[in-house]
Amino acid sequence: MIQYIIKRFFMMVLTVLLIATLTFFLMHAIPGSPFDDDRTSNPTIQENLEKYYKLDQPLPVQYANYLKAIVTFDFGPSIKKPNDSVNSLLARGFPISFELGIITILVAVLSGVTLGTLAALRHNGIIDYLAMTFAVIGISIPNFILATLLIQIFAGELKWLPAATWQSPLHMILPTLALATGPMAIIARLTRSSMLEVLTQDYIKMARAKGLKPSRIIIRHALRNAMMPVVTIMGTMLAGILTGTFVIERIFAIPGMGKYFVESINNRDYPVIMGSTVFYSAFLVFMLFLVDIVYGILDPRIKLHKKEGESS
Amino acid sequence: MLREQVLHNKSTGKPTFEGKERMEEKILQVEDLQVTFTTFGGVVQAVRGVTFDLHKGETLAIVGESGCGKSVTSNAIMGLIPQPPGKITNGKVVFKGKDLTSFKKSDLRKIQGLDVSMIFQDPMTALNPTMTIGEQLTEGLRTHHKISRVEAKTKAIEMLLLVGISNPSERLNQYPHQFSGGMRQRIVIAIALICEPTLLIADEPTTALDVTIQAQILELFEEIQKKTGVSIILITHDLGVVAKIADRIAVMYAGKIIEIGTKREIFYEPTHPYTKGLLNSVPRLDLVEEELEPIEGTPPDLFAPPAGCAFTARCPYAMEVCNLVYPVATSLSEKHKVDCWLQDERAKGLFN
Repeated sequence: MIQYIIKRFFMMVLTVLLIATLTFFLMHAIPGSPFDDDRTSNPTIQENLEKYYKLDQPLPVQYANYLKAIVTFDFGPSIKKPNDSVNSLLARGFPISFELGIITILVAVLSGVTLGTLAALRHNGIIDYLAMTFAVIGISIPNFILATLLIQIFAGELKWLPAATWQSPLHMILPTLALATGPMAIIARLTRSSMLEVLTQDYIKMARAKGLKPSRIIIRHALRNAMMPVVTIMGTMLAGILTGTFVIERIFAIPGMGKYFVESINNRDYPVIMGSTVFYSAFLVFMLFLVDIVYGILDPRIKLHKKEGESS
Repeated sequence: MLREQVLHNKSTGKPTFEGKERMEEKILQVEDLQVTFTTFGGVVQAVRGVTFDLHKGETLAIVGESGCGKSVTSNAIMGLIPQPPGKITNGKVVFKGKDLTSFKKSDLRKIQGLDVSMIFQDPMTALNPTMTIGEQLTEGLRTHHKISRVEAKTKAIEMLLLVGISNPSERLNQYPHQFSGGMRQRIVIAIALICEPTLLIADEPTTALDVTIQAQILELFEEIQKKTGVSIILITHDLGVVAKIADRIAVMYAGKIIEIGTKREIFYEPTHPYTKGLLNSVPRLDLVEEELEPIEGTPPDLFAPPAGCAFTARCPYAMEVCNLVYPVATSLSEKHKVDCWLQDERAKGLFN
């Protein structure tokens, strides 16, 4: 197990490094520089600024500096927000984004799995049709459309919920709903189909033949096996939710990391772009690692480590 | 050594059965059982009136080709017909004097696994891949008996020894994929027997196993029956298995039992043309020049089963009446019954 984790850790570091390198060169391939707006049109000022931020140095040197910044996790000050360092932006924005992401994942997984299981148990029944109609709609509507619709209905017309910002649990409902509906629909469909398959398995019949309660058969025997495909797509889904938070945060004026991230790219705020990219990719890679661990826990046939006596 | 002890312990305090003379106590009576399945194509009459009974400590083999209703019959006894699309449209399954078909699901659960249990065909799929052997062994026991984890574990170890799995206490924490096919089938058998049922339904228990393991499993059945006095319904299409362990044989064709009798009667005096055909289609190693004789044709469509004998279309001795009216049962001996017009007094002269 420890061997596996160490191996995975090196793979993770390599992945993050690769992403960082790609981002670095892509970023510098975009024409223009951080000082391209009208206030700094004076060439001398520009030069001085570039010197100050070490942007006058050749690219390989900048790359080396940047790698050093990653290792020490100190990306220096933001170019556009001179009073903030990249680290302080992350410290301020990320917890909020993280909160939104986690709540979204919880809502999506819990309700998706429940909905899918119910649909499978009432296969071809009314619940099944309703759930699957809902799922198709959920998959088809992009989250930003849904977000504006939700604001219009629940905040605009009905005035039940606040339209924006991130303060109380009440504020969290609409953004979470907008962000979670898509993943939830995918999970529901996936759970349903894999549940339907699992329910026809011999071991389910055998569990029935043992005289077990239906609840135990579903939860203990069926669900764990049916969850495998769901866990598999959790990895890609996490990435989707992560990028989704950028959009949703913008629509709902949530002061999360997404806002800074999008702004930084528009402004070519190099340190912020690099810092948040590295941070997010590291985070995502780590989440994928967790998903793999969960996979191994759910299905004992998947071995995370090689040792231990094998079969008979 | 340990295993012998367990076997010995289990045998004391229970009625032992000397040889093949058994107590003539009926534990199961199936009367005119009919099961249908509703599909998009129509209603399939999978079982069309099956009647048989089973005595204590007896092994009844139900043989027949694929799709003849063997498994549906066993599932119906077990209460495992999925409803819908399945439905028991008629008949009774009387177990220990109570009709199981009239039971509510929750009442049925009190019998499933405790009094009646089942062994499935494929040990590769019958065990849950994500649960330990120990949990799968003990969950039935703990559902029915409300005993502690430790007691259940002791019993599970005892059962694993009984079915011949060494090192049971370590094995309990392992998962199905860590066992070979034969061992998995032993575990399935252990699970089926752990609550000491009075009736064991084995649905093709050796079909998925290779021949050497088959023999071991069949011996295990005999051994266990001797020790516990369990009655067994053995569903199979393997006549070799039947010859080895059955006391009586019921031959099923197109959802009906067409001939039933003792093993000796069915093997040496088969009467129904289908039974004869079935026996002729078994390869024999002792006859060098012998060719296999398949039964020509295919079984009838059970969406619209014929009014008369379902075998008519494939029967070399078919008469006009066969297609029109289902034959009445003829008793050839106390235990030997056959549904065939050839046994009618009026047909006797025709083929001699």
